[in-house]
Amino acid sequence: MRARLVVLSAALFEPLSSGRADTFPMSTLHASGLMAKRVLPLTQALLIASAIVVVIITALVLIAILRRGQTGVVTDTPIEEVGGKGWISVGVGLSTVALTGFVVWTSMTMAEIANPPSKPALSINVRGHQWWWEFVYENDDPSKIFVTANEIHIPVGQPVRFTLNGEDVIHTFWVPSLGGKTQLIPGQTNVTWLEADRPGVYRGQCSQYCGQQHAHMILSVFADPPDAFEAWRADQLRVAAQPASAEARIGEQRFIGSCSACHTVRGTPANGHVGPDLTHLISRTTIAAGELPNNPGFLAGWIANPQGLKPGSLMPDPEVSGPELASILSFLVTLK
Amino acid sequence: MTAAEYDRVPRVVGADYESPVAHSLEKIWASKPGLLGWISTVDHKEIGIRYIVTAFVFLIIGGLEALMIRLQLARPNQALVTPEQYDELFSMHAITMIFLYASPVLSGFSNYLFPLVLGSRDMAFPRLNAFSYWIYLAAGLFIYASILAGAAPNDGWYNYVPLALRKYNPGPNIDFYALGMIFLGISTTVGAANFVVTFLRMRAPGMSLNRVPILSWGTVTVSIGNLLAVPSVSLAFFFLWTDRQFGTHFFRANSGGHPLLWQHLFWMFAHPWVYVVVLPAMGLVSDSLPFFCRRPLVGYTAVVIGTVTTMALGFGVWLHHMFATGIPFLALAFFSGASFAIAIPSGIAVFAWVATIWSGRPVLTSAFLYFAGFVVMFVIGGVSGVVTASVPADLQVTETYFIVAHIHYVLIGINLFAVLGALHVWFPKMTGRLLDETFGKWAFGVIFFGFNLAFLPMHWTGLIGMPRRIYTYPAGLGWETPNMITTAGAFVLAFGILLFLINVALSLRNGRLAGPNPWDAPSLEWSMPSPPPPYNFPVVPRIASRHPLWESRLPEGGQGSELRNGWVLDHGKEALATTSLDAVPDAILKMPDDSPAPFIVTLAMSAGFAGLLMQAWWLAGIGAFAAVVGLLVWLWPERELEQRAGSPT
Amino acid sequence: MTDIAPRLDLPVGSIGRHANGWWGMMMLLVTEGALFVYLLFAYYYDAVQHSRDWLPDDLPGFKLSLPDTIILILSSVVVWRGESLLKQGRSAGATAIYLAVGALMGVVFIAVQALEWSGKKFTPFTSSYGSLYFTITGFHMLHVAAGVFILATLSLWCALGYFNRIRSAPVSIGAIYWHFVDAVWLVVFFTFYVTPRLGLG
Repeated sequence: MRARLVVLSAALFEPLSSGRADTFPMSTLHASGLMAKRVLPLTQALLIASAIVVVIITALVLIAILRRGQTGVVTDTPIEEVGGKGWISVGVGLSTVALTGFVVWTSMTMAEIANPPSKPALSINVRGHQWWWEFVYENDDPSKIFVTANEIHIPVGQPVRFTLNGEDVIHTFWVPSLGGKTQLIPGQTNVTWLEADRPGVYRGQCSQYCGQQHAHMILSVFADPPDAFEAWRADQLRVAAQPASAEARIGEQRFIGSCSACHTVRGTPANGHVGPDLTHLISRTTIAAGELPNNPGFLAGWIANPQGLKPGSLMPDPEVSGPELASILSFLVTLK
Repeated sequence: MTAAEYDRVPRVVGADYESPVAHSLEKIWASKPGLLGWISTVDHKEIGIRYIVTAFVFLIIGGLEALMIRLQLARPNQALVTPEQYDELFSMHAITMIFLYASPVLSGFSNYLFPLVLGSRDMAFPRLNAFSYWIYLAAGLFIYASILAGAAPNDGWYNYVPLALRKYNPGPNIDFYALGMIFLGISTTVGAANFVVTFLRMRAPGMSLNRVPILSWGTVTVSIGNLLAVPSVSLAFFFLWTDRQFGTHFFRANSGGHPLLWQHLFWMFAHPWVYVVVLPAMGLVSDSLPFFCRRPLVGYTAVVIGTVTTMALGFGVWLHHMFATGIPFLALAFFSGASFAIAIPSGIAVFAWVATIWSGRPVLTSAFLYFAGFVVMFVIGGVSGVVTASVPADLQVTETYFIVAHIHYVLIGINLFAVLGALHVWFPKMTGRLLDETFGKWAFGVIFFGFNLAFLPMHWTGLIGMPRRIYTYPAGLGWETPNMITTAGAFVLAFGILLFLINVALSLRNGRLAGPNPWDAPSLEWSMPSPPPPYNFPVVPRIASRHPLWESRLPEGGQGSELRNGWVLDHGKEALATTSLDAVPDAILKMPDDSPAPFIVTLAMSAGFAGLLMQAWWLAGIGAFAAVVGLLVWLWPERELEQRAGSPT
Repeated sequence: MTDIAPRLDLPVGSIGRHANGWWGMMMLLVTEGALFVYLLFAYYYDAVQHSRDWLPDDLPGFKLSLPDTIILILSSVVVWRGESLLKQGRSAGATAIYLAVGALMGVVFIAVQALEWSGKKFTPFTSSYGSLYFTITGFHMLHVAAGVFILATLSLWCALGYFNRIRSAPVSIGAIYWHFVDAVWLVVFFTFYVTPRLGLG
């Protein structure tokens, strides 16, 4: 019996305590970052306390019914006024104590997560667009600023500061296993911070309804060991290399002709700011804000038919022929 | 009547529902037959039933929308509906359930029951009462006309800007919503004013404030809340409409406006609104649970204080919908504390119900089962609300399915369960026939199981990170199983509702006759035949206790409520006004006759709002002019109502 | 039943505060008052988020608004006087004239306000300040117009001999509305014309 209880309670609380990251990549009950870790015990305690309250009240109602429930006709049971007054004072008293405890715990946790433990060395400006993420790696030295989209890399074990702007409508920046949500609101700059405490890829998603493709506004945070992060950053700072093959060079010209009004590829004349910066497109694992894996097949499909794959997206269906698309693709795959 | 009578000593008679007095009152109060009579009636019981029936029609429509949503989400990567259709579905589902079902259905019960439980012949403003129903119906049709236009509201019920501005939503979708909400706000406001004045002025002599049924307390509390809160959302939608149509700058960030202003104005209204759709439902339970526990409610005074306090605090917690907007933590801490605190007055009612069940002798009728289920659902909806009161926890669970689960425990658990139980209780009063008990218990079982199957796992769906309002989701995030379970539960719930409706349809024709008081219940509505006659009470009842029909059986019940011997007011349609606190007789009111004016003014206003929507200013102008003329005719002083000086003839 | 009926003769019909209409008007004022609170909330919300440059260069001045304010306050006195004459049992004809004068003063108020509007360099479409200024003063102006309509109707009803010393509830109810509209103006006036000069906003 006792063993069975242990198994049962383990089954109940196991999800609350670990929230297996591999099975549930978006779980709020799995903390891989400092802010999430500081919040998680409070959330768990609230959930457990909630469950206990529900169980107690349910049990009381059930016991009362089993104890004195009548099955006959209502009018057969006489009226009687007996007791019951103590329930309210005891119940309200106990609730007040529990709630006060949680108010104190909440305030303490808020104080803990209000600011990062140390001054962040890295600051990333997040710009929410319908329906993709733009990330600007800020730096005092203008030559060290670069822009990427939908996927970011951060160094493990260091707090990172995020400044948040909504470029069109309100979005929400959220990476559950690292920390809570903050909205990106046009006309104001919100600030938050995150710190990953072990290497890995953490999935995030816009959680504030932002229009038709709200479902496809996903971001990934790659937490790298500091060396790997520095290598990645150095790589991102490079401008695009001159394509080697002739077909890719033709593709580059076609890309500039058809796509440069919206997209930037540093090192080429393409410098549009409507869509994502594609300078290092191939270094990313997904396209279309996390909707599709980034490989030549999906890339070709996406360019050929964005409205089919992501209806309402601001990327129009192309007005170019199949061979032209193929050459653009041959250019894009060089953007490593 | 020729000369005005300024004062009168009413005559005292003994009269029951078969006496000559009753027959003459029947003639005075009955509505005329035929279409004109149907349009013109101001009988609060008729209006109450219309509210309930209309609200249930919207409940069914909103439920069908929910089923389509659940089909789309049953599996990952489905494409049963387009993203645009999905956005319209979830928006209309919420708008329908929150604004066109949850609050109006309670207005229906309150309209039906207020004069009956307070011992009055009608509401304070019978024509205004008809008007509020017609406007509700017209506003509901107005919002649903968007579907015919192929442009239903599609930015969710809280409709954040800038997404709802014209730049990002150029169609008329949001204009339907904005104007429809302003229109509906008129109904809510005049209805609220009517409840408050009825509560303050129309109680039977002797029904002092500590003898009023809890439903009346709940309704008057939320009505005051509505008077204070509805202008906020009407104004927000007006700002939105002018921003969209004329290019004003209330919400536009680049010219001094603020997107966050929308969130403030909306939640200043919408948080109190949560209590608007639950406090009267809690009142229904507090009043009728004791019928089946065979004892008075435990802690009447505490429950009343809890009701009023909940509403008052409800005005101070709107910011807890905005924890993620970047407002400084210091300000959030205050609102977080207030959000925790509001659990205390809400909790009073829970302990009162549990104590009532525990110390009573619960008779396990269908109604009782709904109420017992309601208590547990209330606790689940309450504690998940407490989780969101904690800012750090809320920053994780807000905007996820955890909140969706929470709001459904509030709206279905606390509103729908109370309403279905209350229908079992009062359907016999309304129709004269009882709902079938066996059928009723089966329906309850299916609804209870389906509801919890759908929404209990949904908390988990939120905790594992599924955001609200996404039209599809990929496999591999662990969201597949809970979504499939929820879809299955939704269909079971829908089947249960269908069973309930079949029970209603069958019982209407074949149900057992109820008689005046099938539950041996204590309040005034059970002292009259079922269904009640149009005049409600042949003589003015005099109330001496909280439980007039039980007082001979309760130790401290008091004696001397008198229902069959008292003042008869029969010089035309008359009712008694009493003082606000002690319910001492204050005046004899001349009650207005049936009138088509409320219906006609509603038609005129509908034309006006349609004109605004289509930017056909001439139509808007005609509508406004006709409405003003209609109001003038409506309010023109009438000699029969003793509004004018009598000229001696 | 002496305990619940201290008086046995009850007033019949629509009389002063015994009339449900009076209570209904109180409800209307509560919700209308709330409406203006939210309007002013929107103004102050924007004002505290911006510095001085949010306000127009030429702040709304007193040249027209001050006389206009005085006209509105005086109109309340006129309406009050008309109402009290009726309640004292004088001829309803005099009340009709007082109410008509009150309505006329309301019309003058609107005309002066329109004149002030026409001189503004900003519009509702130039900035959020302009939107708020015109909307809030416009909402108030609509209420004045409704009040004028009510006073004119009451004046007509008085002239038709509908009311006397006891049957005067509609006049009292209309008068309360007019006083409310005046009171709201004082708050609107303070907000737009006075607070910017106090260094607020």
